[in-house]
Amino acid sequence: MRVYVPRDFSACALGADEVARAIEREAGRRGITLELVRNGSRGLYWLEPFVEVERNGERVAYGPVSEEEVESLFDQNFLEGKEHPARQGNPEEIPYLRRQTRLVFRRIGKNDPLSLDEYRKHGGLAGLARALTLSSQQIVEEVTKSGLRGRGGAGFPTGIKWKTTLQAVDDQKYIVCNADEGDSGTFSDRMVIEGDPFLLIEGMTIAGLAVGATEGYVYLRSEYPLARRIFEEALERARAGGILGKDILGSGKSFFLNLYVGAGAYVCGEETSLLESLEGKRGMIRPRPPLPAVHGLWQKPTVVNNVITLASVPGILADGADAYAQLGVGRSKGTLPVQLSGNLRRPGLVEVPFGITLEELLFDYGGGTASGRPLKAIQIGGPLGPYLPSSLFHVTLDYEELAKVRGIVGHGGIVAFDDTVNLGEMARYAMEFCAEESCGKCTPCRIGSTRGMELMDKILSGKKAPGSIQLLVDLCDVMINASLCGLGGMTPFPVLSGLRHFPEDFGYAKEEVEPLLQKV
Amino acid sequence: MENGKVERKDELEDILQSFSRLANGLIPAFHAIQDRYGYVPKERLPEIARAFNLSQADVYGVLTFYHDFRLEPVGRHVVSVCRAEACQANGSAAVIDRLRRKLGVDFGKTTTDGEVTLLPTYCFGNCACGPSVAVDGKLYGRMSAERVERILHGLGVSA
Repeated sequence: MRVYVPRDFSACALGADEVARAIEREAGRRGITLELVRNGSRGLYWLEPFVEVERNGERVAYGPVSEEEVESLFDQNFLEGKEHPARQGNPEEIPYLRRQTRLVFRRIGKNDPLSLDEYRKHGGLAGLARALTLSSQQIVEEVTKSGLRGRGGAGFPTGIKWKTTLQAVDDQKYIVCNADEGDSGTFSDRMVIEGDPFLLIEGMTIAGLAVGATEGYVYLRSEYPLARRIFEEALERARAGGILGKDILGSGKSFFLNLYVGAGAYVCGEETSLLESLEGKRGMIRPRPPLPAVHGLWQKPTVVNNVITLASVPGILADGADAYAQLGVGRSKGTLPVQLSGNLRRPGLVEVPFGITLEELLFDYGGGTASGRPLKAIQIGGPLGPYLPSSLFHVTLDYEELAKVRGIVGHGGIVAFDDTVNLGEMARYAMEFCAEESCGKCTPCRIGSTRGMELMDKILSGKKAPGSIQLLVDLCDVMINASLCGLGGMTPFPVLSGLRHFPEDFGYAKEEVEPLLQKV
Repeated sequence: MENGKVERKDELEDILQSFSRLANGLIPAFHAIQDRYGYVPKERLPEIARAFNLSQADVYGVLTFYHDFRLEPVGRHVVSVCRAEACQANGSAAVIDRLRRKLGVDFGKTTTDGEVTLLPTYCFGNCACGPSVAVDGKLYGRMSAERVERILHGLGVSA
């Protein structure tokens, strides 16, 4: 008999470790033998800690379970799947989970993330095995054909990026995984590293084979200590298991992978800043060109991809590019692990094909606001994404469709706010965040963010100083068009979207701000 | 040692020795030093610079670029609270307010008795279960002003 209790940063923040210990203690006290497995989180976060019992291959879930409730679970015989107020039934039949199309997250929650045998048993390494039978060009072609685009935020076609690095000639190339998941409202990278670390290792190894890179780094943010511990352990086991190192799966090909931990800098999620930091320096932006694909880590050709991008690759190789490209819409192929958070009844991880409406995500999955108040706005695509009003919730999740309403997919995070939010305050916060996190290399970002904060203070004081909105719009225009990277270049998005859709929160009427917003 | 002088190597020297072999070892070395000492002692910067064959300005520049690294000791306990949007949407303002009031310090400061340092964090990736507060590295989700006060109480902060 197996009992699963997630070893996931969020689940642990809600007491999963204490629940796991209580289950072992209680079982011991009652003389019951059970196997406790610490799995990844299913992503049904409103039900965490989410405990699953497996008997004869059948699972029954209970959640949210507190440490204090463990005794009553035993009393009511949860080990035989019996009734209890926290009983949720077969986890895979919960509509939230059943209706998803889980590709990247296909295993997470089902098995012990650190068991290589379980990884194999649940379909792991099939992608790598196939990649080993293909040439570099063929792997790159397969990824290109799948239509996979970078899931970190930029949405650049992965196959094209890989092709550039493949064609670059040098004695050393690198694969760098951007696991500096700094966007507020995002946690899918963390979930993959904690819940299925071998998947990322497999994806990076395939990337190495595809472009001819024999060395890789995972750049992980320091705010994820559990992910770090789990990934370090996974690396050891992958090396011992012959998946990494000199002779990958006995193929004679090699790939060496290292973990590197950042030190708290949002800007290091930008790829050139990340590379500087990975070289041990200040995380200052590098002007582009040259592209990292040609001159990246230590000026060598380097593929820099987000965790979800790399974690999508093994599935694409295993199931074929066509199967992946069949999902999604337009030029947005495949699935996106959407992260729902903020003021929602059912926050969590929702992996779905592109093409779903925001409305379905927020209400069918998210269940509307947790506070029960009207859902006023969402911020989509991270802290530098725009605020969208409910009148735009009919828009579909699609890179191009979202762009039409000045939205972004970003890293797939959606933060919901009820009607107590003031978008003027949030716009000020965006400027403050940029001022805090700017690397200082370019003036629009370094100075603009501080001036923007001061300007927002003036506007929010309600004194209606003449010309201040015009000045704010002009400042945003300069930041968008003259910043070196997305930090300064996108900070105006939350500001301008707030002003556009919620001018009353800035103390202005729609007619007053609309003419000023024409050019940006 | 020949003159009977015992040159005792301390842990910082060991750390420098192992990390200076790496081309990108400075940031991992700072992490290791901070894990050991709680901060990076300013008076050791010349030594650190020498070990990495960098100027003191370079070393200081890297150290001060990152939020994680500190040149001053912190309190016996470190309380970090998320200031980002998802936690704000769930009422982190009240949590932050209570923390500041109970501790009587602002972000980046330590209580006068040296017990608690309050730090801001921009996201723990716990966005679906916020507001988030970490105490000495242990993360707590679904925080409220009341719950955070109970945690402070557990640390011996009263009043």
